[in-house]
Amino acid sequence: MSTTMNKVGRPTTPNATGAPAEGHASLTGGRGLLQDEPLLFELGGWDKTGVDFDAPEHDAADLGDLVRATPIGLAGLSEPETLRHYVRLSQKNHAIDLALYPLGSCTMKHNPRLNEKMARLPGFADLHPLQPISTTQGALELMDRLAHWLKTLTGMPAVALTPKAGAHGELCGLLCIRAAHEAAGHGHRRRVLVPTSAHGTNPATAAFVGYSVQEIAQTADGRVDLADLKAKLGPDVACIMVTNPNTCGLFERDVIEIARLTHEAGAYFYADGANFNAIVGRVRPGDLGVDAMHINLHKTFSTPHGGGGPGAGPVVLSEALAPFAPAPWLVHGPDGLALVEEAVGDAAHAFGRMCAFQGQMGMFVRAYAYMRSHGSDGLRQVAEDAVLNANYIKAVLSAEMTPAFPEGPCMHEALFDDAWLEGTGVTTLDFAKAMIDEGFHPMTMYFPLVVHGAMLIEPTETESKRELDRFCDALLALARAAKVGDVGRFKDAPYLAPLRRLDETLAARKPKLTWRPEHEAPLAAE
Amino acid sequence: MEGALPPHYARLTHRKTGMRYLPLTPDDRAQMLGVIGAPDIDALFADVPAAARKRDLFDLPRRAGELEVERELGQLAAMNRPAGAGPFFCGAGAYRHHVPASVDHIIQRSEFLTSYTPYQPEIAQGTLQVLFEFQTQVAALTGLEVANASMYDGSTACAEAVMMSQRVTRREKAILSGGLHPHYAAVTQTIAHAEGMEIVRQAAAIDAEVAVIAAIDAETACVVVQTPNVFGVVTDVTRIAEAAHAAGALLIVVTTEAVSFGMLKSPGEMGADIAVAEGQSIGNALNYGGPYVGLFAAREKLVRQMPGRLCGETVDAEGRRGYVLTLSTREQHIRREKATSNICTNSGLCALAFTIHLSLLGEVGLRQMAALSHSRARELKAALDGAVEILTPRFFNEIAVRVPDAAAAVEALLADGVVAGVPYSRLDPHAGLDDVLLLACTETTTSEDIAALSAALKRRLGR
Repeated sequence: MSTTMNKVGRPTTPNATGAPAEGHASLTGGRGLLQDEPLLFELGGWDKTGVDFDAPEHDAADLGDLVRATPIGLAGLSEPETLRHYVRLSQKNHAIDLALYPLGSCTMKHNPRLNEKMARLPGFADLHPLQPISTTQGALELMDRLAHWLKTLTGMPAVALTPKAGAHGELCGLLCIRAAHEAAGHGHRRRVLVPTSAHGTNPATAAFVGYSVQEIAQTADGRVDLADLKAKLGPDVACIMVTNPNTCGLFERDVIEIARLTHEAGAYFYADGANFNAIVGRVRPGDLGVDAMHINLHKTFSTPHGGGGPGAGPVVLSEALAPFAPAPWLVHGPDGLALVEEAVGDAAHAFGRMCAFQGQMGMFVRAYAYMRSHGSDGLRQVAEDAVLNANYIKAVLSAEMTPAFPEGPCMHEALFDDAWLEGTGVTTLDFAKAMIDEGFHPMTMYFPLVVHGAMLIEPTETESKRELDRFCDALLALARAAKVGDVGRFKDAPYLAPLRRLDETLAARKPKLTWRPEHEAPLAAE
Repeated sequence: MEGALPPHYARLTHRKTGMRYLPLTPDDRAQMLGVIGAPDIDALFADVPAAARKRDLFDLPRRAGELEVERELGQLAAMNRPAGAGPFFCGAGAYRHHVPASVDHIIQRSEFLTSYTPYQPEIAQGTLQVLFEFQTQVAALTGLEVANASMYDGSTACAEAVMMSQRVTRREKAILSGGLHPHYAAVTQTIAHAEGMEIVRQAAAIDAEVAVIAAIDAETACVVVQTPNVFGVVTDVTRIAEAAHAAGALLIVVTTEAVSFGMLKSPGEMGADIAVAEGQSIGNALNYGGPYVGLFAAREKLVRQMPGRLCGETVDAEGRRGYVLTLSTREQHIRREKATSNICTNSGLCALAFTIHLSLLGEVGLRQMAALSHSRARELKAALDGAVEILTPRFFNEIAVRVPDAAAAVEALLADGVVAGVPYSRLDPHAGLDDVLLLACTETTTSEDIAALSAALKRRLGR
């Protein structure tokens, strides 16, 4: 028997030297589990594939020279290589499942996985949009129930389900308004009033439908200036577009008066529903005098943002605008539910069509599962907890940071300006980038435009107190660091992210939007 | 656990539990109100006018557990007939292809599913690199130099392309071919007309493409031609491109079946200036019509007039390669009312599914999938030849056939367990084409499916 034992497999202990990690570089460029990952086209091959097919029985001789004679230029990978590639890439993303994602106005809340499971039931996911209506009654029933919930929660009589995102919903709402004015002989109404704090999509949408845009001033306490609104309303105004709660995170106290004045002037009230999360279950936009409002199902009703979409933006409509809703819409007929695909007869007011087929069904299933899970009581609690969390953050962070509107409560998001950074040499952008090193996604920055160096923080209701405290502790520590002159921590941040600050100017000056082989190696022709 | 249960244990187990997605406990809420200095939650809603404060719960059901929600949605799902339940021939802008299991697995990773638009590129390189790969794939498929990071769907991409032609040519008129999918034409009419353009929509006809040439004039901003068109007809659009360019107009080529790029000449090769397509059939389920993913590609010189998000390559502070959203001065959040489009989102997760599926397919796999789809359609044509009139002269994977009252025939064939395609009247009730039936095949179509359709159709027609 040997006296020296095999130590392989024994527990390890930190080595004796304890050399600091700082400045240590790997030999291959990777950083532990975080690997540099080339592009698909650098990894894959034209002759490589991760699928198996039988050979076709018939050729394409019938198509003659319509058949492609040159390589497409795609790269393929086997299945294990595909998983490695995309899983490695995924690890370079922040996500709501990793930490608080405080993007004001974006409502990054938890995405329940039950909703994913439901959307994948073959009875929803494997349905063709044009298969016979008699074979899709359950899908139409779901759309009908979703519509019922949306109408009840908003206190509005009608909803157009098809818009595919918030901005698409805005377009739908404005096209309804335009069609209503034209039907009433008021086609000359072509001016739209938009508060200075509005989302960029509002003026962009108004311009899109050929309207001119005029800004409404804001009061010192962050609300629509009623006197300015009165002065600007006139016989050529088509509508106002107001977000409520607004993008300063404040409820428009005078909203009922705003609606009254608008209607008195013969214009419509379009509400941007991006911030509906703050009031769902507690306030019905219909009670505020709203004529049209889009609802971002990917915000208030938790359908995943998926790295930038898909969204869904149904639009609720008042009695006055409902007849102008786009095709298709749901009707109850003798044989159950049906889709009206084209405006004829009584429905001939419809302004047209927003997209092929009937909208974001996959998102409808998720949003409906979310609503059913919460119920009327849970949804009310959603609004209350969202508002409570935002006010808590506002209260705690006010120890070091300056709230833009210190008086009174905020709604679902807390807005800070950069007055507290004055003289530190640190900007809002620097501060945001330093948050990345602490493991948090930055808040919305420099928006709304009405507040200098704006930092808009929306925690949502799905954060625990513990996570809120963790977040606030990190921000307070950073704020103190900025104030004591630890500028280096901010100026070059982030240090610890997968990449350092990126050169966006270079990207825009010399746009490189696709990968191209360095020396066009020709692919073997078939 | 040691010793006796806490005294409140029994009460807890006999109470309806708290809402599972809301982490705050009653104690948390009380503590937080204390920090805020508010007496109760109502105090935080003090700005809401009294007249608009809803005291009572809305007339809707209360919260429900997973089990209960699964039951209700399971019942609704069971009322539908999934495409995979038997012979199925619907196409007309949405196609049932086989999607490998790993695609759906990857897109459900938290880091992709629950991330936002990549506004902070340092912590969004996963999403951004995927978008760069997506753009490269779309450019390759369409044979054009640049592509954006996706649109809502093919139909809205088509409308955006038409509006882009107005910006490029400063002309107002768009000519839509009679072979364009009627929904695409309707969306384009709605949206581009809203922006002030004149839309000339030609009458629906099986082999309509070349007819657009005669309509091109000096006011024409663009002609929009679909291949394969809504009737399945494949067209070489080179001559149309020449005619459009001679008049200073742009050619927009629309494709609703992206798998066809694996077999047919690309729009770019045939002279298209802009190519738009529905990308659903690669990586994405049918989903009863959405979410889908619009593909949008163009000539490089047109890039600054493009709508939608663009991802571009750059370097970080240490010189390492990275990706960012770029040319955003075209977009609404910077330009507001002067933006090229009001779009504020893309179809990110669907684009990811597209890119993963296309990585798995590669050049070889896409070509094989296309060849199989085409081969199945040839098999279908052979099976129906002689029994019904085949209207599509040159096809990829979809054919139009003449069947009297096609809508009634489709309904009747359900009794045979066959979903016999899309009656053209479903897309366009007023075209007078009630006897046109659209039949699509993919690699998922089997010889048995074709035999079942053929037998059922022949029985109905008494042939």
